[in-house]
Amino acid sequence: MTDSKKLIDIIQKISTQIQMDKDYLTELDNVIGDGDHGINMARGFKEVEKKLSDFSNKDIGSILKAVGMALVSTVGGASGPLYGTAFMRAGAAIGAKNEMDGNDFLNAMEAAIEGIKMRGKSHEGEKTMLDALIPAYNAMKKSYEENNDFKAAISKGVEAAEKGVEYTKTIIATKGRASYLGERSIGHQDPGATSACLMLKVIQSSL
Amino acid sequence: MKKLINCVENVEREMIEGLVKAYPNHVRKLDCGNVVVRAHKKEGKVALISGGGSGHEPAHGGYVGEGMLDCAVAGAVFTSPTPDQIYEGIKAIATDKGVLMVVKNYTGDVMNFEMAAEMAQADGIDVQYVVTNDDVAVENSLYTTGRRGVAGTVFVHKIAGAKAETGADLNEVHRVAQKVVDNVRSMGMALTPCTVPAAGKPGFELNEDEMEIGIGIHGEPGTHKEKIKSADEIAVTLLDKILADIDYNDKEVAVMINGSGATPLMELFIVNNKVHDYLTEKGIKIYKTFVGNYMTSLEMAGFSISLLRLDDELKELLDAKADTPAFKE
Repeated sequence: MTDSKKLIDIIQKISTQIQMDKDYLTELDNVIGDGDHGINMARGFKEVEKKLSDFSNKDIGSILKAVGMALVSTVGGASGPLYGTAFMRAGAAIGAKNEMDGNDFLNAMEAAIEGIKMRGKSHEGEKTMLDALIPAYNAMKKSYEENNDFKAAISKGVEAAEKGVEYTKTIIATKGRASYLGERSIGHQDPGATSACLMLKVIQSSL
Repeated sequence: MKKLINCVENVEREMIEGLVKAYPNHVRKLDCGNVVVRAHKKEGKVALISGGGSGHEPAHGGYVGEGMLDCAVAGAVFTSPTPDQIYEGIKAIATDKGVLMVVKNYTGDVMNFEMAAEMAQADGIDVQYVVTNDDVAVENSLYTTGRRGVAGTVFVHKIAGAKAETGADLNEVHRVAQKVVDNVRSMGMALTPCTVPAAGKPGFELNEDEMEIGIGIHGEPGTHKEKIKSADEIAVTLLDKILADIDYNDKEVAVMINGSGATPLMELFIVNNKVHDYLTEKGIKIYKTFVGNYMTSLEMAGFSISLLRLDDELKELLDAKADTPAFKE
């Protein structure tokens, strides 16, 4: 599916996408959170970009762990520990490999989701990034098991993640600052689910 | 936006450096970031660390010193500090008696402090923590993140800090800190909003004749907006909500009238005048009163009331010596 070099390229593209959508993510957060999701994510991925040149000789696990550490130490708020943990767990799951296949990706994604659940003490249906990531993972796993085709699987994953983002509009936030709004959070899409979906879309378009 | 700043990116660092330059005998800054520790590390005691977003000065750096905190970590304005910074703070102050973290209940703060604790524990440092959640404006239910930690946190710093100073072990200091958390309740209100420097515009709006009841220390929405009333009426509104939350009957209390940043002491004393009379009428005995800016929200105008139920143990620790830039006893 991909090797270290290609992975660095994907991370660069994710960063570019986050910088492009910085204001959009912040606006979404303004409505139901504290209005800094785009600002914080953009700052974090700028830091990740600075480290990309050091990554060229590293294995996939080390690269993902370094991305996680950079996010944890620069994003702050709740997204920093959540995305940071996700990338670090994904890195630990893949380990010192220089190439990964579809199964490796799914294992890493599963580890990332478990990390987010543990760190955020959260599960599906609470209007968080998990509402994009969990359906995406399930759709990808099913598709990959049936067809052994990663490109087809990631397309299914993006489709499910987009549906998940739409679904966050219909539910009440029970985690994070949005939870203070209770029912007033209905009708607004979750910024974290949105940024997670953006990342999956970049992976899809990069393969 | 009209502020006494130089550049938005530097407000936190310049604030911390200014604090350290004002109180060099009390505090110093670590090179790794906006982390303040005592000028002279004290061994043989549990070390206390707290922190959170900047913009709440004198919290938390102003409470570093004898009888209170050993370290305060400052994040960006209204944003939790990151785990690597907290971890550096823990390493700098850790003693063989362990470290207690005092964390305000916000999703980001709790996660970042927990990650730092895991990193320190991996180094063999004994770390425990308490989460403060004194704000009665937010309903406590299984379906929210829970109540917010606000000005009552300062009582945790004072009392757990005094306990740590006696050489008590980590379990004991944790027990006393949790006892304060269990017995303190707060509620605030705002007359005007505040502007986060990086945002450049106010986080919410209030009309000239409006106030927000139940506001959080980051300007989060409160319970409701209403037309402004007299100081006495507002004080009673906040007190009634606090008194309805836990049983204060026949109890002795410590009172904190905390300014949000732009409220003159004159108005805080006017509020305290009513708070004192109202509590006395209810048969609640006031042991000690604190009036001032303890946990601010930038230049927000408004105040909060905190009431801490006391017993003999908490009274003794509240009266113990403290010598920090912002709190002396």
